[in-house]
Amino acid sequence: MNGCHLDPQGALGGNPLFALIFNVAAYVLPCWLAFVIAGLVIMLILINAVLLGAAIVSWGERRLLGRFQNRVGPNRWGPFGALQPIADLAKLITKEDIIPYGADRLAFTAVPVIMVASLLVATAVIPFAKDVALVDLNVGVLFILAVSSLTSIAIFTAGWASNNRYALFGAGRAVAVLISYEVPVVLSLLGVVIVAGSMSLGDIVVAQAVPFFLVQPLAFFVFLAGMSAELNRTPFDVAEAESEIIAGYHTEYSGIKFALIQAAEFGGALFVSGLIATLFLAGWAGPVADWLGWLWFLIKTFIGIFLFVWIRSTFPRLRLDQIMTVCWKFLMPLSFINLAVVTLEVYFLRDASGALSTADLWIMTAINIPVAVVSIAFFGWIIRQKVRDSSRTTAAASPVVRGVSTIEVG
Amino acid sequence: MARGQSTEMLEDYFGQYGLIAIFLALSIIVPCSMLGASYALSRLGIRPARPDAVKHDTYECGVQTIGGTWNRFQFRYYMFAILFVIFDVEVVFLYPWATKFLTLELFALIEMAVFVGILLLAWAYAWRKRDLEWQG
Repeated sequence: MNGCHLDPQGALGGNPLFALIFNVAAYVLPCWLAFVIAGLVIMLILINAVLLGAAIVSWGERRLLGRFQNRVGPNRWGPFGALQPIADLAKLITKEDIIPYGADRLAFTAVPVIMVASLLVATAVIPFAKDVALVDLNVGVLFILAVSSLTSIAIFTAGWASNNRYALFGAGRAVAVLISYEVPVVLSLLGVVIVAGSMSLGDIVVAQAVPFFLVQPLAFFVFLAGMSAELNRTPFDVAEAESEIIAGYHTEYSGIKFALIQAAEFGGALFVSGLIATLFLAGWAGPVADWLGWLWFLIKTFIGIFLFVWIRSTFPRLRLDQIMTVCWKFLMPLSFINLAVVTLEVYFLRDASGALSTADLWIMTAINIPVAVVSIAFFGWIIRQKVRDSSRTTAAASPVVRGVSTIEVG
Repeated sequence: MARGQSTEMLEDYFGQYGLIAIFLALSIIVPCSMLGASYALSRLGIRPARPDAVKHDTYECGVQTIGGTWNRFQFRYYMFAILFVIFDVEVVFLYPWATKFLTLELFALIEMAVFVGILLLAWAYAWRKRDLEWQG
Protein backbone atom coordinates (compact mmCIF):
# COMPACT_ATOMS: atom_id res chain seq x y z
CA MET A 1 0.00 0.00 0.00
CA ASN A 2 1.49 3.34 -0.95
CA GLY A 3 -0.61 5.42 1.36
CA CYS A 4 -3.87 5.06 -0.50
CA HIS A 5 -6.83 5.35 1.74
CA LEU A 6 -10.50 4.86 1.03
CA ASP A 7 -12.77 6.28 3.68
CA PRO A 8 -15.17 3.44 4.63
CA GLN A 9 -17.75 6.03 5.65
CA GLY A 10 -17.25 7.97 2.42
CA ALA A 11 -19.49 7.93 -0.59
CA LEU A 12 -17.74 5.05 -2.35
CA GLY A 13 -15.90 3.25 0.45
CA GLY A 14 -19.00 1.34 1.49
CA ASN A 15 -19.20 -0.52 -1.80
CA PRO A 16 -17.44 -3.86 -1.07
CA LEU A 17 -16.51 -4.66 -4.67
CA PHE A 18 -15.21 -1.15 -5.26
CA ALA A 19 -13.15 -1.28 -2.06
CA LEU A 20 -11.71 -4.69 -2.95
CA ILE A 21 -10.60 -3.69 -6.45
CA PHE A 22 -9.32 -0.35 -5.19
CA ASN A 23 -7.21 -1.95 -2.48
CA VAL A 24 -5.76 -4.59 -4.79
CA ALA A 25 -4.98 -2.08 -7.53
CA ALA A 26 -3.50 0.39 -5.05
CA TYR A 27 -0.62 -2.03 -4.32
CA VAL A 28 0.98 -1.37 -7.69
CA LEU A 29 -0.68 1.75 -9.05
CA PRO A 30 -1.03 5.38 -7.98
CA CYS A 31 -4.15 6.18 -5.99
CA TRP A 32 -6.12 8.00 -8.66
CA LEU A 33 -5.51 5.25 -11.20
CA ALA A 34 -6.67 2.60 -8.73
CA PHE A 35 -9.77 4.70 -8.15
CA VAL A 36 -10.48 4.98 -11.89
CA ILE A 37 -9.86 1.27 -12.49
CA ALA A 38 -12.17 0.23 -9.66
CA GLY A 39 -14.77 2.59 -11.10
CA LEU A 40 -14.32 1.23 -14.63
CA VAL A 41 -14.89 -2.35 -13.49
CA ILE A 42 -18.12 -1.37 -11.78
CA MET A 43 -19.18 0.62 -14.86
CA LEU A 44 -18.61 -2.30 -17.21
CA ILE A 45 -20.62 -4.58 -14.93
CA LEU A 46 -23.37 -1.98 -14.81
CA ILE A 47 -23.52 -1.43 -18.58
CA ASN A 48 -23.58 -5.17 -19.23
CA ALA A 49 -26.25 -5.66 -16.60
CA VAL A 50 -28.48 -2.98 -18.09
CA LEU A 51 -28.12 -4.12 -21.70
CA LEU A 52 -28.49 -7.79 -20.81
CA GLY A 53 -31.43 -6.88 -18.60
CA ALA A 54 -33.01 -5.06 -21.53
CA ALA A 55 -32.64 -8.23 -23.61
CA ILE A 56 -34.24 -10.32 -20.87
CA VAL A 57 -37.07 -7.82 -20.51
CA SER A 58 -37.71 -7.87 -24.27
CA TRP A 59 -37.98 -11.67 -24.15
CA GLY A 60 -40.02 -11.73 -20.94
CA GLU A 61 -42.41 -9.07 -22.16
CA ARG A 62 -43.13 -10.93 -25.38
CA ARG A 63 -43.62 -14.21 -23.55
CA LEU A 64 -45.91 -12.61 -21.00
CA LEU A 65 -47.88 -10.75 -23.67
CA GLY A 66 -48.27 -14.06 -25.45
CA ARG A 67 -49.71 -15.60 -22.31
CA PHE A 68 -52.02 -12.66 -21.73
CA GLN A 69 -53.28 -12.84 -25.30
CA ASN A 70 -53.78 -16.60 -25.19
CA ARG A 71 -50.93 -17.45 -27.56
CA VAL A 72 -47.43 -18.81 -27.12
CA GLY A 73 -44.96 -16.03 -27.92
CA PRO A 74 -41.38 -16.63 -29.08
CA ASN A 75 -40.52 -20.24 -28.21
CA ARG A 76 -38.31 -21.61 -30.98
CA TRP A 77 -34.81 -20.42 -30.27
CA GLY A 78 -33.37 -21.82 -27.06
CA PRO A 79 -35.24 -23.08 -24.00
CA PHE A 80 -38.60 -21.24 -23.83
CA GLY A 81 -37.31 -19.00 -26.60
CA ALA A 82 -34.84 -17.41 -24.21
CA LEU A 83 -32.22 -16.87 -26.92
CA GLN A 84 -34.65 -14.83 -29.01
CA PRO A 85 -33.02 -11.46 -28.12
CA ILE A 86 -29.67 -12.73 -29.45
CA ALA A 87 -31.34 -13.83 -32.67
CA ASP A 88 -33.02 -10.43 -32.93
CA LEU A 89 -29.74 -8.60 -32.43
CA ALA A 90 -27.90 -10.80 -34.94
CA LYS A 91 -30.62 -10.14 -37.46
CA LEU A 92 -30.87 -6.41 -36.88
CA ILE A 93 -27.11 -5.81 -36.91
CA THR A 94 -26.85 -7.43 -40.36
CA LYS A 95 -29.77 -5.47 -41.79
CA GLU A 96 -29.18 -2.64 -44.20
CA ASP A 97 -28.93 0.70 -42.48
CA ILE A 98 -31.26 3.09 -44.32
CA ILE A 99 -31.11 6.85 -43.87
CA PRO A 100 -33.90 8.40 -45.94
CA TYR A 101 -33.21 11.16 -48.46
CA GLY A 102 -33.60 14.61 -46.99
CA ALA A 103 -32.90 13.45 -43.44
CA ASP A 104 -30.44 15.26 -41.22
CA ARG A 105 -27.83 12.50 -41.18
CA LEU A 106 -25.90 13.58 -38.10
CA ALA A 107 -28.95 14.15 -35.91
CA PHE A 108 -30.56 10.96 -37.26
CA THR A 109 -27.53 8.92 -36.22
CA ALA A 110 -27.11 10.68 -32.88
CA VAL A 111 -30.60 9.76 -31.63
CA PRO A 112 -30.01 6.10 -30.70
CA VAL A 113 -26.72 7.06 -29.08
CA ILE A 114 -28.37 9.74 -26.95
CA MET A 115 -31.19 7.42 -25.92
CA VAL A 116 -28.93 4.56 -24.84
CA ALA A 117 -26.42 6.88 -23.18
CA SER A 118 -29.03 8.73 -21.12
CA LEU A 119 -30.52 5.42 -20.00
CA LEU A 120 -27.13 4.04 -18.96
CA VAL A 121 -26.01 7.18 -17.14
CA ALA A 122 -29.27 7.35 -15.20
CA THR A 123 -28.67 3.87 -13.77
CA ALA A 124 -25.45 5.06 -12.12
CA VAL A 125 -27.18 6.11 -8.90
CA ILE A 126 -29.54 3.14 -8.36
CA PRO A 127 -28.52 1.11 -5.30
CA PHE A 128 -28.71 -2.58 -6.24
CA ALA A 129 -27.90 -3.74 -2.73
CA LYS A 130 -26.69 -2.14 0.47
CA ASP A 131 -24.02 0.40 -0.58
CA VAL A 132 -23.80 -1.17 -4.04
CA ALA A 133 -24.23 1.64 -6.54
CA LEU A 134 -21.72 3.20 -8.88
CA VAL A 135 -22.13 6.48 -7.02
CA ASP A 136 -24.69 7.30 -4.36
CA LEU A 137 -25.06 11.01 -5.15
CA ASN A 138 -26.61 13.22 -2.49
CA VAL A 139 -28.85 14.66 -5.25
CA GLY A 140 -29.76 11.23 -6.67
CA VAL A 141 -33.46 11.91 -7.34
CA LEU A 142 -32.70 15.18 -9.11
CA PHE A 143 -29.93 13.51 -11.12
CA ILE A 144 -32.29 10.79 -12.33
CA LEU A 145 -34.99 13.28 -13.28
CA ALA A 146 -32.48 15.45 -15.13
CA VAL A 147 -30.77 12.66 -17.06
CA SER A 148 -33.89 10.70 -17.93
CA SER A 149 -35.57 13.78 -19.41
CA LEU A 150 -32.84 13.81 -22.08
CA THR A 151 -35.00 11.15 -23.75
CA SER A 152 -37.55 13.77 -24.78
CA ILE A 153 -34.84 15.69 -26.63
CA ALA A 154 -33.74 12.49 -28.36
CA ILE A 155 -37.31 11.67 -29.37
CA PHE A 156 -37.93 15.10 -30.80
CA THR A 157 -34.62 15.00 -32.66
CA ALA A 158 -35.67 11.66 -34.14
CA GLY A 159 -38.93 13.10 -35.41
CA TRP A 160 -37.33 16.25 -36.73
CA ALA A 161 -34.38 14.57 -38.44
CA SER A 162 -36.33 11.77 -40.14
CA ASN A 163 -37.88 13.96 -42.86
CA ASN A 164 -41.11 12.06 -42.35
CA ARG A 165 -44.47 13.47 -41.37
CA TYR A 166 -45.50 10.48 -39.30
CA ALA A 167 -42.26 10.69 -37.36
CA LEU A 168 -42.86 14.37 -36.69
CA PHE A 169 -46.43 13.66 -35.55
CA GLY A 170 -45.14 11.02 -33.20
CA ALA A 171 -42.38 13.24 -31.89
CA GLY A 172 -44.76 16.15 -31.29
CA ARG A 173 -47.15 13.92 -29.41
CA ALA A 174 -44.36 12.26 -27.47
CA VAL A 175 -42.88 15.56 -26.32
CA ALA A 176 -46.31 16.91 -25.33
CA VAL A 177 -46.95 13.78 -23.26
CA LEU A 178 -43.44 13.62 -21.81
CA ILE A 179 -43.31 17.21 -20.58
CA SER A 180 -46.86 17.10 -19.24
CA TYR A 181 -46.30 13.95 -17.21
CA GLU A 182 -42.95 15.20 -15.97
CA VAL A 183 -44.81 17.60 -13.66
CA PRO A 184 -46.95 15.15 -11.63
CA VAL A 185 -44.08 12.65 -11.49
CA VAL A 186 -41.73 15.23 -10.05
CA LEU A 187 -44.36 16.50 -7.62
CA SER A 188 -45.16 12.98 -6.41
CA LEU A 189 -41.49 12.33 -5.69
CA LEU A 190 -41.44 15.40 -3.42
CA GLY A 191 -43.45 13.47 -0.84
CA VAL A 192 -40.86 10.70 -0.88
CA VAL A 193 -38.03 13.21 -0.46
CA ILE A 194 -39.81 14.96 2.43
CA VAL A 195 -40.34 11.76 4.43
CA ALA A 196 -36.85 10.41 3.72
CA GLY A 197 -35.24 13.82 4.35
CA SER A 198 -32.72 13.18 1.60
CA MET A 199 -32.45 12.98 -2.17
CA SER A 200 -29.87 10.18 -2.05
CA LEU A 201 -31.45 6.91 -3.17
CA GLY A 202 -29.47 4.95 -0.57
CA ASP A 203 -30.91 7.11 2.23
CA ILE A 204 -34.40 6.81 0.78
CA VAL A 205 -34.16 3.00 0.95
CA VAL A 206 -32.91 3.17 4.54
CA ALA A 207 -35.76 5.50 5.48
CA GLN A 208 -38.37 2.96 4.37
CA ALA A 209 -39.06 1.16 7.63
CA VAL A 210 -42.53 0.97 6.10
CA PRO A 211 -42.40 0.76 2.28
CA PHE A 212 -43.46 4.05 0.77
CA PHE A 213 -46.13 2.52 -1.45
CA LEU A 214 -48.06 2.02 1.79
CA VAL A 215 -47.06 5.33 3.35
CA GLN A 216 -47.86 7.31 0.19
CA PRO A 217 -50.18 5.27 -2.02
CA LEU A 218 -51.18 8.41 -3.90
CA ALA A 219 -47.59 9.22 -4.84
CA PHE A 220 -47.08 5.60 -5.90
CA PHE A 221 -50.16 5.71 -8.12
CA VAL A 222 -49.16 9.01 -9.73
CA PHE A 223 -45.57 7.85 -10.24
CA LEU A 224 -46.66 4.58 -11.83
CA ALA A 225 -49.10 6.29 -14.19
CA GLY A 226 -46.66 9.08 -15.01
CA MET A 227 -43.81 6.72 -15.67
CA SER A 228 -45.83 4.53 -18.02
CA ALA A 229 -46.53 7.73 -19.95
CA GLU A 230 -42.86 8.73 -19.88
CA LEU A 231 -41.97 5.32 -21.27
CA ASN A 232 -44.57 5.71 -24.04
CA ARG A 233 -46.25 2.54 -22.90
CA THR A 234 -49.88 1.59 -23.20
CA PRO A 235 -52.32 3.13 -22.29
CA PHE A 236 -50.30 6.28 -23.03
CA ASP A 237 -48.57 5.16 -26.25
CA VAL A 238 -50.05 7.67 -28.73
CA ALA A 239 -46.47 8.59 -29.66
CA GLU A 240 -46.02 5.29 -31.46
CA ALA A 241 -49.61 4.31 -32.07
CA GLU A 242 -49.22 1.67 -34.77
CA SER A 243 -52.73 2.01 -36.12
CA GLU A 244 -52.48 5.78 -36.59
CA ILE A 245 -48.94 6.91 -37.33
CA ILE A 246 -47.01 3.72 -38.26
CA ALA A 247 -44.36 3.67 -35.54
CA GLY A 248 -44.22 7.29 -34.48
CA TYR A 249 -40.85 8.92 -34.06
CA HIS A 250 -38.85 5.82 -35.05
CA THR A 251 -40.73 5.11 -38.27
CA GLU A 252 -37.63 5.63 -40.43
CA TYR A 253 -35.22 3.73 -38.22
CA SER A 254 -33.99 0.34 -39.28
CA GLY A 255 -31.20 -2.09 -38.59
CA ILE A 256 -28.87 -1.47 -35.69
CA LYS A 257 -30.32 1.97 -34.94
CA PHE A 258 -33.75 0.46 -34.49
CA ALA A 259 -32.19 -2.20 -32.24
CA LEU A 260 -30.59 0.49 -30.09
CA ILE A 261 -33.85 2.42 -29.78
CA GLN A 262 -35.69 -0.76 -28.79
CA ALA A 263 -32.94 -1.60 -26.31
CA ALA A 264 -33.31 1.87 -24.81
CA GLU A 265 -37.07 1.37 -24.49
CA PHE A 266 -36.87 -2.04 -22.85
CA GLY A 267 -33.96 -0.86 -20.72
CA GLY A 268 -36.10 2.11 -19.78
CA ALA A 269 -38.81 -0.23 -18.53
CA LEU A 270 -36.19 -2.08 -16.50
CA PHE A 271 -34.74 1.17 -15.14
CA VAL A 272 -38.13 2.56 -14.15
CA SER A 273 -39.05 -0.70 -12.44
CA GLY A 274 -35.78 -0.52 -10.53
CA LEU A 275 -36.64 3.06 -9.61
CA ILE A 276 -40.09 2.04 -8.38
CA ALA A 277 -38.50 -0.75 -6.36
CA THR A 278 -36.02 1.70 -4.84
CA LEU A 279 -38.35 4.59 -4.13
CA PHE A 280 -41.57 2.84 -3.16
CA LEU A 281 -40.92 -0.86 -2.46
CA ALA A 282 -37.96 -0.37 -0.06
CA GLY A 283 -35.28 -1.38 -2.61
CA TRP A 284 -32.80 -3.90 -1.30
CA ALA A 285 -34.39 -4.13 2.14
CA GLY A 286 -35.97 -7.58 2.48
CA PRO A 287 -37.67 -9.66 5.12
CA VAL A 288 -34.44 -11.50 6.04
CA ALA A 289 -30.69 -11.24 5.46
CA ASP A 290 -29.25 -7.93 4.28
CA TRP A 291 -26.62 -9.73 2.18
CA LEU A 292 -29.45 -11.03 0.01
CA GLY A 293 -30.31 -7.42 -0.89
CA TRP A 294 -29.66 -7.94 -4.61
CA LEU A 295 -32.23 -10.76 -4.63
CA TRP A 296 -34.95 -8.64 -3.01
CA PHE A 297 -34.10 -5.83 -5.39
CA LEU A 298 -34.38 -8.13 -8.42
CA ILE A 299 -37.68 -9.60 -7.23
CA LYS A 300 -39.15 -6.14 -6.71
CA THR A 301 -37.86 -4.95 -10.08
CA PHE A 302 -39.49 -7.87 -11.85
CA ILE A 303 -42.72 -7.21 -9.98
CA GLY A 304 -42.58 -3.71 -11.48
CA ILE A 305 -41.96 -5.05 -14.99
CA PHE A 306 -44.78 -7.55 -14.63
CA LEU A 307 -47.06 -4.71 -13.58
CA PHE A 308 -46.13 -2.71 -16.70
CA VAL A 309 -46.74 -5.70 -18.99
CA TRP A 310 -50.00 -6.43 -17.26
CA ILE A 311 -51.16 -2.83 -17.74
CA ARG A 312 -50.06 -2.93 -21.37
CA SER A 313 -52.05 -6.06 -22.13
CA THR A 314 -55.15 -4.89 -20.27
CA PHE A 315 -55.92 -1.28 -21.13
CA PRO A 316 -56.75 0.15 -24.56
CA ARG A 317 -54.94 3.21 -25.83
CA LEU A 318 -56.20 6.63 -24.77
CA ARG A 319 -56.65 9.49 -27.20
CA LEU A 320 -54.23 12.39 -26.92
CA ASP A 321 -56.81 14.79 -25.48
CA GLN A 322 -57.78 12.17 -22.90
CA ILE A 323 -54.13 11.71 -21.96
CA MET A 324 -53.77 15.45 -21.43
CA THR A 325 -56.94 15.52 -19.35
CA VAL A 326 -55.71 12.64 -17.20
CA CYS A 327 -52.42 14.43 -16.63
CA TRP A 328 -53.51 18.00 -15.92
CA LYS A 329 -56.89 17.42 -14.29
CA PHE A 330 -56.40 14.07 -12.55
CA LEU A 331 -52.76 13.39 -11.70
CA MET A 332 -51.85 17.03 -10.99
CA PRO A 333 -54.46 17.54 -8.22
CA LEU A 334 -53.64 14.10 -6.83
CA SER A 335 -49.96 14.93 -6.56
CA PHE A 336 -50.75 18.27 -4.92
CA ILE A 337 -53.03 16.54 -2.42
CA ASN A 338 -50.27 14.05 -1.69
CA LEU A 339 -47.77 16.86 -1.18
CA ALA A 340 -50.07 18.81 1.16
CA VAL A 341 -51.14 15.79 3.23
CA VAL A 342 -47.61 14.42 3.61
CA THR A 343 -46.22 17.84 4.53
CA LEU A 344 -48.83 18.38 7.25
CA GLU A 345 -48.41 14.85 8.62
CA VAL A 346 -44.64 15.19 8.78
CA TYR A 347 -44.97 18.58 10.44
CA PHE A 348 -47.23 17.28 13.21
CA LEU A 349 -45.75 13.78 13.69
CA ARG A 350 -41.99 14.47 13.74
CA ASP A 351 -40.22 14.70 17.09
CA ALA A 352 -38.04 17.57 18.32
CA SER A 353 -34.97 16.48 16.34
CA GLY A 354 -37.01 16.13 13.17
CA ALA A 355 -37.01 12.32 12.98
CA LEU A 356 -39.93 10.07 12.09
CA SER A 357 -40.31 6.78 13.94
CA THR A 358 -41.75 3.59 12.45
CA ALA A 359 -44.96 4.16 14.42
CA ASP A 360 -45.26 7.60 12.78
CA LEU A 361 -44.96 5.97 9.36
CA TRP A 362 -47.75 3.52 10.25
CA ILE A 363 -49.95 6.43 11.37
CA MET A 364 -49.27 8.12 8.03
CA THR A 365 -50.19 4.88 6.26
CA ALA A 366 -53.48 4.68 8.15
CA ILE A 367 -54.35 8.26 7.14
CA ASN A 368 -53.03 8.18 3.58
CA ILE A 369 -54.73 5.05 2.26
CA PRO A 370 -58.28 6.40 2.83
CA VAL A 371 -57.15 9.80 1.50
CA ALA A 372 -55.84 8.10 -1.64
CA VAL A 373 -59.00 6.09 -2.22
CA VAL A 374 -61.29 9.08 -1.69
CA SER A 375 -59.29 11.52 -3.81
CA ILE A 376 -58.80 9.06 -6.68
CA ALA A 377 -62.52 8.33 -6.64
CA PHE A 378 -63.43 12.03 -6.49
CA PHE A 379 -61.14 13.29 -9.25
CA GLY A 380 -61.89 10.21 -11.33
CA TRP A 381 -65.57 11.12 -11.09
CA ILE A 382 -64.80 14.72 -12.12
CA ILE A 383 -62.84 13.84 -15.26
CA ARG A 384 -65.39 11.19 -16.19
CA GLN A 385 -68.05 13.90 -16.22
CA LYS A 386 -65.75 16.08 -18.32
CA VAL A 387 -64.94 13.41 -20.88
CA ARG A 388 -68.60 12.43 -21.23
CA ASP A 389 -69.59 16.10 -21.73
CA SER A 390 -66.95 16.88 -24.31
CA SER A 391 -67.58 13.73 -26.34
CA ARG A 392 -71.28 14.59 -26.53
CA THR A 393 -70.68 18.18 -27.68
CA THR A 394 -68.02 17.29 -30.27
CA ALA A 395 -70.14 14.51 -31.70
CA ALA A 396 -72.91 17.05 -32.22
CA ALA A 397 -70.57 19.67 -33.66
CA SER A 398 -68.86 17.53 -36.29
CA PRO A 399 -68.80 13.91 -37.37
CA VAL A 400 -65.00 13.87 -37.11
CA VAL A 401 -63.59 12.82 -33.75
CA ARG A 402 -61.78 15.95 -32.67
CA GLY A 403 -58.57 15.65 -30.75
CA VAL A 404 -57.15 12.78 -32.75
CA SER A 405 -55.29 14.92 -35.25
CA THR A 406 -52.45 16.54 -33.41
CA ILE A 407 -50.50 18.58 -35.89
CA GLU A 408 -52.59 20.43 -38.38
CA VAL A 409 -51.18 19.67 -41.78
CA GLY A 410 -50.50 23.05 -43.30
CA MET B 1 -10.76 19.78 11.73
CA ALA B 2 -13.40 21.69 9.83
CA ARG B 3 -10.85 22.23 7.07
CA GLY B 4 -10.04 18.54 6.90
CA GLN B 5 -13.70 17.68 6.63
CA SER B 6 -14.32 20.14 3.87
CA THR B 7 -11.39 18.92 1.75
CA GLU B 8 -12.61 15.37 2.22
CA MET B 9 -16.06 16.42 1.05
CA LEU B 10 -14.51 18.11 -1.93
CA GLU B 11 -12.55 14.97 -2.77
CA ASP B 12 -15.71 12.92 -2.48
CA TYR B 13 -17.43 15.37 -4.75
CA PHE B 14 -14.78 15.22 -7.46
CA GLY B 15 -14.49 11.46 -7.06
CA GLN B 16 -18.22 10.96 -7.57
CA TYR B 17 -18.71 13.34 -10.45
CA GLY B 18 -15.46 12.25 -12.02
CA LEU B 19 -16.79 8.70 -12.10
CA ILE B 20 -20.04 9.96 -13.63
CA ALA B 21 -18.09 11.83 -16.31
CA ILE B 22 -16.16 8.65 -17.17
CA PHE B 23 -19.40 6.68 -17.12
CA LEU B 24 -21.00 9.18 -19.50
CA ALA B 25 -18.08 8.85 -21.91
CA LEU B 26 -18.28 5.05 -21.68
CA SER B 27 -22.02 4.96 -22.22
CA ILE B 28 -21.64 7.11 -25.34
CA ILE B 29 -18.87 4.83 -26.61
CA VAL B 30 -20.94 1.64 -26.19
CA PRO B 31 -23.80 2.50 -28.60
CA CYS B 32 -21.29 4.17 -30.96
CA SER B 33 -19.28 0.95 -31.03
CA MET B 34 -22.43 -1.00 -31.90
CA LEU B 35 -23.08 1.40 -34.79
CA GLY B 36 -19.43 0.91 -35.74
CA ALA B 37 -19.77 -2.87 -35.60
CA SER B 38 -22.72 -2.70 -37.95
CA TYR B 39 -20.74 -0.46 -40.30
CA ALA B 40 -17.80 -2.86 -40.16
CA LEU B 41 -20.13 -5.70 -41.13
CA SER B 42 -21.18 -3.71 -44.19
CA ARG B 43 -17.51 -3.26 -45.14
CA LEU B 44 -17.02 -7.03 -44.79
CA GLY B 45 -19.94 -7.63 -47.11
CA ILE B 46 -22.09 -9.37 -44.51
CA ARG B 47 -24.50 -6.46 -44.16
CA PRO B 48 -25.97 -5.29 -47.46
CA ALA B 49 -25.65 -1.66 -48.50
CA ARG B 50 -27.49 -1.12 -51.78
CA PRO B 51 -28.93 2.39 -51.96
CA ASP B 52 -32.05 2.68 -54.06
CA ALA B 53 -34.24 5.68 -54.82
CA VAL B 54 -37.42 3.92 -53.70
CA LYS B 55 -35.85 2.34 -50.65
CA HIS B 56 -34.51 5.65 -49.40
CA ASP B 57 -37.73 7.51 -50.01
CA THR B 58 -39.80 8.74 -47.07
CA TYR B 59 -41.89 5.89 -45.66
CA GLU B 60 -45.49 6.92 -46.12
CA CYS B 61 -47.49 3.82 -47.05
CA GLY B 62 -46.31 3.91 -50.63
CA VAL B 63 -47.59 7.40 -51.31
CA GLN B 64 -45.34 10.31 -52.21
CA THR B 65 -45.21 13.03 -49.58
CA ILE B 66 -46.93 16.17 -50.81
CA GLY B 67 -45.30 19.40 -49.69
CA GLY B 68 -42.66 19.73 -47.00
CA THR B 69 -42.45 17.33 -44.08
CA TRP B 70 -41.51 19.91 -41.50
CA ASN B 71 -44.92 21.26 -40.63
CA ARG B 72 -45.97 24.08 -38.45
CA PHE B 73 -47.20 23.04 -35.05
CA GLN B 74 -50.60 23.55 -33.58
CA PHE B 75 -50.69 26.31 -30.99
CA ARG B 76 -51.78 23.88 -28.25
CA TYR B 77 -48.22 22.55 -27.95
CA TYR B 78 -46.89 25.94 -26.88
CA MET B 79 -49.63 26.28 -24.28
CA PHE B 80 -48.63 23.05 -22.60
CA ALA B 81 -44.95 23.88 -22.94
CA ILE B 82 -45.50 27.15 -21.06
CA LEU B 83 -47.49 25.41 -18.33
CA PHE B 84 -44.73 22.83 -18.06
CA VAL B 85 -42.06 25.50 -17.64
CA ILE B 86 -44.08 27.21 -14.89
CA PHE B 87 -44.49 24.05 -12.84
CA ASP B 88 -41.02 22.70 -13.49
CA VAL B 89 -39.41 25.89 -12.26
CA GLU B 90 -41.61 25.65 -9.18
CA VAL B 91 -40.22 22.18 -8.55
CA VAL B 92 -36.66 23.51 -8.65
CA PHE B 93 -37.54 25.60 -5.61
CA LEU B 94 -39.50 22.83 -3.92
CA TYR B 95 -36.76 20.19 -3.90
CA PRO B 96 -34.22 21.88 -1.60
CA TRP B 97 -37.08 22.79 0.71
CA ALA B 98 -38.36 19.19 0.74
CA THR B 99 -34.90 17.78 1.46
CA LYS B 100 -34.56 19.82 4.63
CA PHE B 101 -38.22 19.95 5.64
CA LEU B 102 -37.83 17.49 8.54
CA THR B 103 -35.94 20.14 10.50
CA LEU B 104 -37.68 23.28 9.25
CA GLU B 105 -39.98 25.51 11.30
CA LEU B 106 -43.58 26.57 10.81
CA PHE B 107 -42.43 29.64 8.87
CA ALA B 108 -41.03 27.49 6.07
CA LEU B 109 -44.30 25.57 5.87
CA ILE B 110 -46.38 28.74 5.53
CA GLU B 111 -43.89 30.25 3.10
CA MET B 112 -44.12 27.24 0.80
CA ALA B 113 -47.90 27.04 1.19
CA VAL B 114 -48.15 30.63 -0.08
CA PHE B 115 -45.77 29.89 -2.97
CA VAL B 116 -47.58 26.71 -4.05
CA GLY B 117 -50.93 28.42 -3.42
CA ILE B 118 -50.17 31.15 -5.97
CA LEU B 119 -49.27 28.51 -8.54
CA LEU B 120 -52.38 26.49 -7.72
CA LEU B 121 -54.39 29.64 -8.34
CA ALA B 122 -52.75 29.97 -11.76
CA TRP B 123 -53.47 26.31 -12.44
CA ALA B 124 -57.14 26.74 -11.45
CA TYR B 125 -57.33 29.81 -13.71
CA ALA B 126 -55.91 27.80 -16.62
CA TRP B 127 -58.47 25.07 -15.95
CA ARG B 128 -61.30 27.63 -15.83
CA LYS B 129 -60.11 29.19 -19.09
CA ARG B 130 -60.17 25.70 -20.69
CA ASP B 131 -56.44 25.87 -21.39
CA LEU B 132 -55.92 22.38 -19.97
CA GLU B 133 -57.95 20.89 -22.80
CA TRP B 134 -56.33 19.71 -25.96
CA GLN B 135 -58.84 21.24 -28.36
CA GLY B 136 -59.21 25.01 -28.11
